[in-house]
Amino acid sequence: MTIDTTPNLEPARPAETGGSVFTSKSGLRAFFEAWPPLVLIALLWIGLIAVVVIAAMWIAPYDFMALDLRARLIPPVFMGGTWAHPLGTDELGRDVLSRLIVSIRISMIIAFLSTVIAAIVGVTLGFVAAYFRGRIEQVILMLIDAQAAMPFMIIALAVLAFLGSSLMLFTILMGFYGWERIARISRGLAISANERGYATAVRDLGATPFRIYSRHILPNIASTLIVSLTLNFPEVILLESGLSFLGLGVQPPMTSLGNMVGYGRDYIQSAPWIMLAPSAAIVVTTLSISILGDWMRDKFDPTLD
Amino acid sequence: MVQYLLMKIFRALITVTLIVSAAFVVLRLSGDPAIIILGPEAPPEAFAAFRKNWGLDQPIWVQYFKYFGAVFHGDLGNSMRDGRSALVVVGERIPLTLAITLPALFIKLCIGLPAGVTAALYRNTWVDRLIMMVSVAGFTVPSFVLGLVLAMIFAVWLGWLPSGGSDTWAHAVLPTVTMGLVGAAVIARFTRSAMLEVLGQPYIRTASAKGLLWRDVVRNHALPNAAIPTLTIVGFLVGSLVAGAVVVESVFSWPGVGRLLVNAVANRDLAVVQVILLLVGLTMVGANLAVDILYGIVDPRLRIKRLQAGS
Repeated sequence: MTIDTTPNLEPARPAETGGSVFTSKSGLRAFFEAWPPLVLIALLWIGLIAVVVIAAMWIAPYDFMALDLRARLIPPVFMGGTWAHPLGTDELGRDVLSRLIVSIRISMIIAFLSTVIAAIVGVTLGFVAAYFRGRIEQVILMLIDAQAAMPFMIIALAVLAFLGSSLMLFTILMGFYGWERIARISRGLAISANERGYATAVRDLGATPFRIYSRHILPNIASTLIVSLTLNFPEVILLESGLSFLGLGVQPPMTSLGNMVGYGRDYIQSAPWIMLAPSAAIVVTTLSISILGDWMRDKFDPTLD
Repeated sequence: MVQYLLMKIFRALITVTLIVSAAFVVLRLSGDPAIIILGPEAPPEAFAAFRKNWGLDQPIWVQYFKYFGAVFHGDLGNSMRDGRSALVVVGERIPLTLAITLPALFIKLCIGLPAGVTAALYRNTWVDRLIMMVSVAGFTVPSFVLGLVLAMIFAVWLGWLPSGGSDTWAHAVLPTVTMGLVGAAVIARFTRSAMLEVLGQPYIRTASAKGLLWRDVVRNHALPNAAIPTLTIVGFLVGSLVAGAVVVESVFSWPGVGRLLVNAVANRDLAVVQVILLLVGLTMVGANLAVDILYGIVDPRLRIKRLQAGS
């Protein structure tokens, strides 16, 4: 491989300052440097999704399960349909927009709850490892390695095969995705936080380990944890939608984004909008959260991988 | 070196034992297989016969040791659905899965490695941003969406390629490309950060400072060192060849191990699920072992450290 290029190792130099050490930036430019347009768009989309999740039942124009056999496979508005069904209808005449709204709600709630579970499991095990060290730490590290070595998709499929699928079990299962990364991060952070003055000070004041970890160390490492949770979130969405797509996650009559893509694929030729609407929702949402997460990481904690 | 290898192999064996045990525990936790297979309304004699037949009437620890012995004899039970040996059922699908995952791995490496290295070398330029944008998109587009969109374009609209099945080589194109593109994004991102890490090291600055051409610094100092962490992710990808095919095989109705797994899970054919679980576990352990050995070959520092430690 021949690579011919100039080294690009120096940090980016500030823009030409015209001899003055002070740079005068217009307010608008400073604003967009602090908040890149891409991040703003991502935030807007996440806000929209949040509204959809909270208000799904009020903004959905139809019941997501309501059949209308006279209005089957109507194309969306921009493909020759009518405003009665802006995103068209499916093979049973169910309104795609209403189903999309409910699906977004279900998928996001599962992803959110799962991330909370992953955070609780990960932080607890990480802190336990950091507090006890020794043999307990070795066991936890071994668990972390074992989890990291096995593709989670396979573990999830095996558990679903053995235990069957229900919404609660499925959410808990998704909650075990990514705990090992969070555990590893919180262990490392807690170990170094333990050496800091504030931890020593409250320990010498007689605080219990539980109090030290929950009231002092946790708030101090929270920003890093939040960044890594934000990066975990889209992966859970992808995993959930993948399993639901395979028909092994969220079960009908309940609906989720992956679920919609899964049955929409049978109509890829005659009614591609059934599949495209939820696909677009998955892609734009995961992309937005990833952009936000990357931006937060660069801003708050560039050391995180 | 021999002792190091033996140590690694010993740890690999422990991991395999753990996987086998975990499969047994979960299998038993999942409830009475007799009820799952026969249904709750079956006559009691049928339950008794079924339990006797599968050895479910014995104490749990007897079952465990029998299970262990059977696993290491290669007897992994029969598919509870069609009665054939689960090992055979899975085995006959493996070549089909490899037929699409190996070319996909090739695509991943051919696109991912150069893209990652280029992005790192041109850090913070438009080249880097473009590559990383594409890579992030590859991360966030699920493989089933990418697969369906490719099928829509090349099978439905253009009619160039078939959208599902496995009759000719043309059927393999779309699943292979789908997997290759998604994986390339992962490799590109990882290679970029490995390369950036290396480029920030003092020995790169030294090499530049002593007047080497930048080309030679990259070729002789940066690339070999960046190859070491990249090896880990490649090992993981090799180990997850089967796992990575689950979704894509289902999208394109490709009758490989991945689709077999999905069907087995849906039908609760536990023997088949278990064989695939062990297969994936063994390939992961094997790939990790291979990576560990390769580390020693690629990275002379590890070799010397090991010699000094006397192990």
